[in-house]
Amino acid sequence: MATLQIDACSRWFGNVVAVNDVTMTVGPGITGLLGPNGAGKSTLIHMLGGFLPPSAGTVTLDGATIWKNQEVYRTIGIVTEREATYDFLTGKQFVRASAELHGLADPGAAAHRALETVAMTDAQDRKVGEYSKGMKQRVKMASALVHDPAVLLLDEPFNGMDPRQRLHLIELLRDMGAEGRTVLFSSHILEEVELLAHQIEVVVSGRHAASGDYREIRRLMIDRPHRYTITSSDNRSLASALVADGSTAGVSIDGDVLRVQASEFLRFAALLPRVARDADVRLLQVTPSDESLESVFSYLVESSSRASSRTSSRTPARATASPATRERS
Amino acid sequence: MNGTVVRLTARGMLGGRRVWLLGALAVLLVGIAVLARVLVPVSDTEAATLLQGIAFATFLPLFGLIVGTGAIAPEIDDGSIVHLLAKPVSRHTIVQSKLAVALGATIAFAVLPTVLAAAVLGLGPGAVLAFGVGALAAGAVYSVLFLLLSILTRHAVIIGLVYALLWESLVGSFVPGARNLSVQQWALSVTESLAPDGLVTANVGLGLACALIVGGFAAATWYAGARLRVLTLTGED
Repeated sequence: MATLQIDACSRWFGNVVAVNDVTMTVGPGITGLLGPNGAGKSTLIHMLGGFLPPSAGTVTLDGATIWKNQEVYRTIGIVTEREATYDFLTGKQFVRASAELHGLADPGAAAHRALETVAMTDAQDRKVGEYSKGMKQRVKMASALVHDPAVLLLDEPFNGMDPRQRLHLIELLRDMGAEGRTVLFSSHILEEVELLAHQIEVVVSGRHAASGDYREIRRLMIDRPHRYTITSSDNRSLASALVADGSTAGVSIDGDVLRVQASEFLRFAALLPRVARDADVRLLQVTPSDESLESVFSYLVESSSRASSRTSSRTPARATASPATRERS
Repeated sequence: MNGTVVRLTARGMLGGRRVWLLGALAVLLVGIAVLARVLVPVSDTEAATLLQGIAFATFLPLFGLIVGTGAIAPEIDDGSIVHLLAKPVSRHTIVQSKLAVALGATIAFAVLPTVLAAAVLGLGPGAVLAFGVGALAAGAVYSVLFLLLSILTRHAVIIGLVYALLWESLVGSFVPGARNLSVQQWALSVTESLAPDGLVTANVGLGLACALIVGGFAAATWYAGARLRVLTLTGED
């Protein structure tokens, strides 16, 4: 059992703040680090993996500082996003070299076991440079698993995988989590994280925007104002009928289209067709105008910063309880 | 030293085209000596001048640059260094292992050809040995300096080239004080002390040269390990 702790951690590169005052605990089981590209996920994983010192705050493994502490690699296995490996080695040689560097008693057997775990024994005698992206990812995974680590860090592990490889990796990570290992993986795809992680940490623009299990995160994402662009046979009648209902926060007529802001997603979805029928208006087109993940994320950030201005805290949005307060110094 | 790091480094450095480049340069060095010997009668002084100008001023810095950076810079550039760094292996051990490979390559591709060239040019055994030891000293210092440079900056090859071409060749010839900080002069000082009198003249005293060679080598090796320990991977770029 191993626990990673990120405490009041920030990281900046010159004038750019990549990670902004993040506090999170990653314990045994599978945790998904979710956020759009450029949100600071890789920076966080690099700090957890000991490849980057935090500019402020601490990053520890079971209480021990990770930065400049090569002993943590007895506990941590890391797979970074960059593809480069020792392309001139065969898969087997590559994983075996890892086992040797870990000083394992029987590096050959450990390498074989790790290659079996990722189902790469068939291709183990081919050069790593000849592998497909997904195979490289798996052999890197084998190399990270060779010393049977309690902590596994994976940066965008599903990138470049075909559906079959993806399924296989999902199974593999589930097993790892079930064995009580601490598995942290990053992704910008909600469905991926939802499928796998029992705990989700959302990072947006370097801030820790939300934290919870997938149901809570999903609810946070659905339970927010939604904007629609609507064209209908009679925009004005529809507008007045919609304004009369409480689940509509705002309606505006913009040339040929109607722009509606709904305050409650589910209620509005049920309301719109009913109102249209009652008003005898034909709906021609209904388009959600901000369904991109970007806008979902930015909503989470806004809501967490609204919460922080209200309560003087900088705690991420939490669905389970009212935001705990931590006084800003 | 770590056998696995040595093996990986050697395969990475000598497995590709680099080994052919090194081999070609070594052959070129010996070839120039053979040509000189065949075409014109060469006196000992002329032979010494030729070796200084070609082997010491050009080939050794160039070899040091190729093997010193080659031992680690490509891995830092493409990020595969994480496979070494994500292991419970002392960073000093990693540097020492990589340096051992760079040294081995320098000896095989630069020091031995220098010795061979000296012999081809008709120098006596004493002078050949003197040039060999000098070349070893220069090769060792260049290797570790360029290895260190590769850890300090991603522009190691450019900076190294500027150093090798401008500092060692030009500044040293025009600014006498700069010669104290020239690896080439340190190495020549060692050669001078071993060679027959009057064959080679160096601008740096033997004591200072030895201290700078040994001290510089040890300090650069240690510092390279210390800097590898705090090597950062850039974030999202």
